[in-house]
Amino acid sequence: MSTATETIEGLVKQDYKYGFYTDVETDSAPPGLSEETIRLISRRKNEPEWLTDWRLKAFRHWQTMQEPHWAKVHHEKINYQDIVYYSAPGKKGDRPKSLEDVDPKLLETYEKLGIPLRERERLAGVAVDAVFDSVSVGTTFKKQLAEKGIIFCAFSEAVQEHPDLVRKYLGMVVPYTDNFFATLNSAVFTDGSFCYIPKGVRCPMELSTYFRINAANTGQFERTLIVADEGSHVSYLEGCTAPMRDENQLHAAVVELIALDNAQIKYSTVQNWYPGDENGRGGIYNFVTKRGLCRGSNSKISWTQVETGSAITWKYPSCILQGDNSIGEFYSVAVVNNYQQADTGTKMVHIGKNTRSTIVSKGISAGHGQNSYRGLVKVQKSATGARNFSQCDSMLIGSKCSAHTFPYIEVKNSSASVEHEASTSKIGEDQIFYCNQRGLATQDAVNLIVNGFCKEVFKELPMEFAVEAQKLLGVSLEGSVG
Amino acid sequence: MSKPILEIKNLSAGVGDKQILKGISLTISPGEVHAIMGPNGSGKSTLAAVLAGRAGYEVTGGEVIYDGKNLLDLNPEERARAGVFLAFQYPVEIPGVNSTYFLKAALNEIRKSKGQPELDAMEFLNLVKDKIKLLELNEDLLRRSVNEGYSGGEKKRNEIFQMAVLEPRLAILDETDSGLDIDALRIVAGGVNKLKRPDSAQMVITHYQRLLNFIIPDFVHVLYDGRIVKSGDKQLALELEAKGYDWITKAA
Repeated sequence: MSTATETIEGLVKQDYKYGFYTDVETDSAPPGLSEETIRLISRRKNEPEWLTDWRLKAFRHWQTMQEPHWAKVHHEKINYQDIVYYSAPGKKGDRPKSLEDVDPKLLETYEKLGIPLRERERLAGVAVDAVFDSVSVGTTFKKQLAEKGIIFCAFSEAVQEHPDLVRKYLGMVVPYTDNFFATLNSAVFTDGSFCYIPKGVRCPMELSTYFRINAANTGQFERTLIVADEGSHVSYLEGCTAPMRDENQLHAAVVELIALDNAQIKYSTVQNWYPGDENGRGGIYNFVTKRGLCRGSNSKISWTQVETGSAITWKYPSCILQGDNSIGEFYSVAVVNNYQQADTGTKMVHIGKNTRSTIVSKGISAGHGQNSYRGLVKVQKSATGARNFSQCDSMLIGSKCSAHTFPYIEVKNSSASVEHEASTSKIGEDQIFYCNQRGLATQDAVNLIVNGFCKEVFKELPMEFAVEAQKLLGVSLEGSVG
Repeated sequence: MSKPILEIKNLSAGVGDKQILKGISLTISPGEVHAIMGPNGSGKSTLAAVLAGRAGYEVTGGEVIYDGKNLLDLNPEERARAGVFLAFQYPVEIPGVNSTYFLKAALNEIRKSKGQPELDAMEFLNLVKDKIKLLELNEDLLRRSVNEGYSGGEKKRNEIFQMAVLEPRLAILDETDSGLDIDALRIVAGGVNKLKRPDSAQMVITHYQRLLNFIIPDFVHVLYDGRIVKSGDKQLALELEAKGYDWITKAA
């Protein structure tokens, strides 16, 4: 039996394909964090004074905070003074004005990653904003989007061109005092994406941001802000990779979503940051705050995430269901292998009447991986008729990994209905033998079984992303029939 | 006489230190149906598992020649692709994996290994629609996950349905009758009978004679304590039914 187990463990090991490093000139700040660093970032980006002040307030608050350790993850102490907080490709000065100004090496990098950055690849039908280290390097399809009044651009550009919108919504969902990593981000965030969908507009294409950490010793602190005005609709994709390095790198992003009356936001992530090697050396610390506010009535925010990368994932995409009849959804697949650790889940906070939330979480643990689901369903007194359904399933591959579930439920309204289902299963040698006996090789069998386990989540992903997600798990195309 | 499909020569096998099969010899030729009977713990299911290549069983002696090749050198999927099919006593559930997709993948693996072109979705569906009638199964089953939420009878019928689609040269039916009511038994046996071909063979493992009222064997072998202690024709099965296993095991 043990040989069969070893085979399974061998098969789930896959080499990290995106571990290359692009040699481009960079303009970096010296390592370390001080008010001076923050002023430097703000100056480099030619920011208005209110934003510099906001950053400084965040920094001063951050200095009073302690790094949190409640998550079920273990890591060496992070020395925040060793991190480079600003690194931009290219010489000192402005960000590229158009795709023509972008270093061809960068474009090559994105091509290697399969990201269609150039407009001529419009067939892909996805508008991409690419963030390389700390700076956004180019946004495609800008013109077509502008015709509908949609703003989709780098965050730093939005600060220059749409300061009122940014000022109105920045920090509305994740205030600068929110938590240690979000506060750090508020102080030092360098770029990210900004998106505004005007009233009644249905965004005609998927919007996408691709994040890439390239330079060594660099932290990536991007900030994404998406505002869907009344009756609008947008689907947004986020992908991430990083080169292989022996040391750990910090990624502390903040994503804020705001949906007004009758608006819908669908946010999908395929996270494939470098997970470290098979001995647990190196990899990204992915400490991210993602939160959506269903501010208006009948609004809907749906998170779908496929988390396969990072040494440590610490992430809880959440929904505040403020508007009456608003809907929050969270669909997640989290895979850990080797020495990866994931502590991920969601928070659904029901405030409005008849608010509904759905949580489907699939955790897969292999190698020495440690996978925790942590979720909070909170029904406030005002949330008459609130409903929640949660389902948390864990799959174990091999015998050295672990899975944990920490569901928290707080209900203050007696008319609410909250359901929680959980299961843990081990990928069965029986299942694999059954597939073998029908002619399928063991690798194909594992892929098939894992893919079947994740099906409920994959079907929530936009088509092109579902394919990428399946490939990421090394899976052949399931469900093409029937 | 045509060349045998399967030749088992003095096969010994076990789990860990425990010897279960203690020298089995058996030859199966094309067109034949062999029934393997025997009391619980005699080694019937172990024989099926060893032939299919299940992990955890150690072959300690003898050999198995399948179609002129050393079967024990092949891994389980290679055996399957070469035409060895095991109808499981306990079919395994694979949640979220569509039955049609699963079976199409299996058939195409087998076709690939024979150098035949893979079937596309439409071709496959046409094939399947014919075969599913044979087992009187609801087509709705094809849209469900592999064995998930099937009744016990549906699981067993589904095994024979898979056999109908994959058209093995050697089908091993491991206690396919267990847990079936008489109607389901008739359907399953009817399916198996219709799948009989002159160039293929069936090994039917069962505890009870009941199944052999529907599937008529050419040979009946009684397995006891890891050995074949008696072989005969279908009369032997009837004798066993009448006299019980004690009659033979005492003599052995």
